[in-house]
Amino acid sequence: MHFLDITRETCPMTFVKVKLQLARMDAGEELEVILNEGEPLRNVPQSCEEQGYKVLSVEDCGDDDGKHRVVIKK
Amino acid sequence: MSDHKKISIVCFSGDFDKIIAAYTIATGAAATNREVTMFFTFWGLNALKKKQGHSWLGKDFLSRAFNFLMGGRKSLPLSRLNFGGISPMLMTNMMKKNNVATLPELIEAADALGIRLYACEMAMQILGVTKDDLVDSVQEVVGVATFLNESEDSHIIFI
Repeated sequence: MHFLDITRETCPMTFVKVKLQLARMDAGEELEVILNEGEPLRNVPQSCEEQGYKVLSVEDCGDDDGKHRVVIKK
Repeated sequence: MSDHKKISIVCFSGDFDKIIAAYTIATGAAATNREVTMFFTFWGLNALKKKQGHSWLGKDFLSRAFNFLMGGRKSLPLSRLNFGGISPMLMTNMMKKNNVATLPELIEAADALGIRLYACEMAMQILGVTKDDLVDSVQEVVGVATFLNESEDSHIIFI
């Protein structure tokens, strides 16, 4: 499982980092992404789906700071 | 690739803030599964020069003077409140402080994402700039017809 925290990134690097990380991975590998609610949460999972990757789960990290954990399978 | 969503950005302005806007849209689009082409013309060519400061490119007095005064990527002016070139530096510091990608980071991301960069043949001729004067990531020097053909099914954005 690969890991990426993009909570300190802003647009457009949120998308860029996820895209480049997925590009480096082999098919079948999984990526755990920690991201903020709002724009990243709305669009990162969606754009991954559009690229043919599978979003396995999206869950609130539960710290009340809006952070979410998304797991994507390449 | 033809089922891809495509966007083409005409980078006409060589203003610091507008080049940042162009690269932000370009990298964001490429990262969200779009095929992206950036076409640099006129002032926009300054962002692609290998020599990032002020240098005497060109073959005659006027082109050399123009290129020297315009400079390269490190001397792009802010479109407003430039204050003799201090503002882009201040702005870059503000961007870093707020975790916003700076222009060099955006350019690096654009290369990593495989964004196509084209330079305008006609503007280069006027300004006496050759392909050797431009960064290696410039794929080709083309004219408007090639740009339009490549952008047939694209959204075209002019900045």
